Amino acid sequence: MTTETGTPAIDVRSLDKRFGPIHAVNNVTFAVNKGEVLGFLGPNGAGKSTTMKMIAGFLEPTAGSVTVNGYDVLTDPIKVKASIGYLPEGAPSYGEMTVIRFLNFIAEIRDLYGERRQERLNNVIREVHLEPVLHQSIETLSKGFKRRVGVAQAIMHDPEVLIMDEPTDGLDPNQKHEVRSLIKDMAKEKAIIISTHILEEVDAVCSRAIIIAAGRLLFDGTPEELRAQSGNNNIDDAFRELTTRHYETEGESTTS
Amino acid sequence: MKNIKAIMKRELYGYFTTPVAYVFIVIFLFMSGIFTFYIGAFYERGQADLEPFFRFHPWLYLFLIPAIGMRLWSEERKSGTVELLMTLPVSLPEAVIGKFLAAWIFSGVALILTFPMWITVNYLGNPDNTVILASYIGSFLMAGGFLAISSCISALTKSQVIAFVISVVICFMFILSGFPMVLDFFTGWAPQALVDAIASLSFLTHFNSIQKGVIDLRDIIYFAALIVFWLYANVVTMEAAKAG
Repeated sequence: MTTETGTPAIDVRSLDKRFGPIHAVNNVTFAVNKGEVLGFLGPNGAGKSTTMKMIAGFLEPTAGSVTVNGYDVLTDPIKVKASIGYLPEGAPSYGEMTVIRFLNFIAEIRDLYGERRQERLNNVIREVHLEPVLHQSIETLSKGFKRRVGVAQAIMHDPEVLIMDEPTDGLDPNQKHEVRSLIKDMAKEKAIIISTHILEEVDAVCSRAIIIAAGRLLFDGTPEELRAQSGNNNIDDAFRELTTRHYETEGESTTS
Repeated sequence: MKNIKAIMKRELYGYFTTPVAYVFIVIFLFMSGIFTFYIGAFYERGQADLEPFFRFHPWLYLFLIPAIGMRLWSEERKSGTVELLMTLPVSLPEAVIGKFLAAWIFSGVALILTFPMWITVNYLGNPDNTVILASYIGSFLMAGGFLAISSCISALTKSQVIAFVISVVICFMFILSGFPMVLDFFTGWAPQALVDAIASLSFLTHFNSIQKGVIDLRDIIYFAALIVFWLYANVVTMEAAKAG
């Protein structure tokens, strides 16, 4: 784990979220420093997206706190949102807009004007390879292009903190590779959280991994440490062991 | 301000790149023509004014304005773009105002496109153009009132159809509260002050008084307060929808 002096870029403390009777996120604490890529793992419905939504300021926590670059997400939401690039689950975007119009809209909201906007637009379009579809409306694009439009809007303002919910979902192997190299290139000067179901991705891009299941934090460490959790040094087995073991104990406690 | 403008531009663009805008404008112009010439007996009256044209605006708006407003938030919630919008550095009031203004400008464009009506009546006689101008302003303000209601209701649901139906019902009540049949129901037993209060809630009461050519400050305040109230309710509704 990299250690840096000063406050971490993302600081999540005792985060809790309930939707009525459902306890979606249960007392989750972790921090991410600049230079780190944190892989967010867990079975479906574990609370990954809910946690990311709370960090990005879309959902309000039931309890606990989130600070990004020293700003509290509840008291300074606009400052937090200005320093975060966020790719929501499913990469939603305005289908009726063309790619270039959509990116221009994001640039305008992100306070980019004139030459600086043009420069950022050019960079982003080149980095995620959107050149062939710039003037196509987003709803006509393939799943892979839609996802890349989502990534493009998230990195538009060159944010210090990047949060991406399944950035490689729906991409073909080549596109996955490209997005991963993009994340690795940006890693040095950013704090990045990505969620994924692809465990090899953790090895490929993440400097740290955390696993949550049923809202609880089960593991926080380097990919190597995660692998060491299994008998045979296999990351898939480690994941399975950690998460199923948890569900077994959970099952016992609810039936008794 | 900058964020309101950006959101407004995006929303207006959304109207004009989908068939919504063209369908709406064509139907609005077509229906207002039918009402004016057939039901409003524009020629038979033999008077050079636009009273038969404006008289039916509340009824046209009753169905057409909720059709513009229904997509404002329902669609964002359904497609998930609301999560994108709400994680951009934009405050909720800015987003609500930006979207509302776009829809209002759009309805204003439709209204301006009825100018042949104005040309016709000036060609046929010598109407009082200040009355016509006042009526246009009144009609535009009323459209804003209907829209603020529709925008708020569309924040309540992911379904545009439900948003449309509920908006029509609420707008209908706001028209109806000035009607004799509603007021008569109260006049028998309720104090006069209450009857006046109910009547003063109606779009018709205020629109009719503006339509006479006098723009009274009270009527302006009524529509402004109505818009502010419903947009505020819109912000509160979105805040709640987001939390759960």
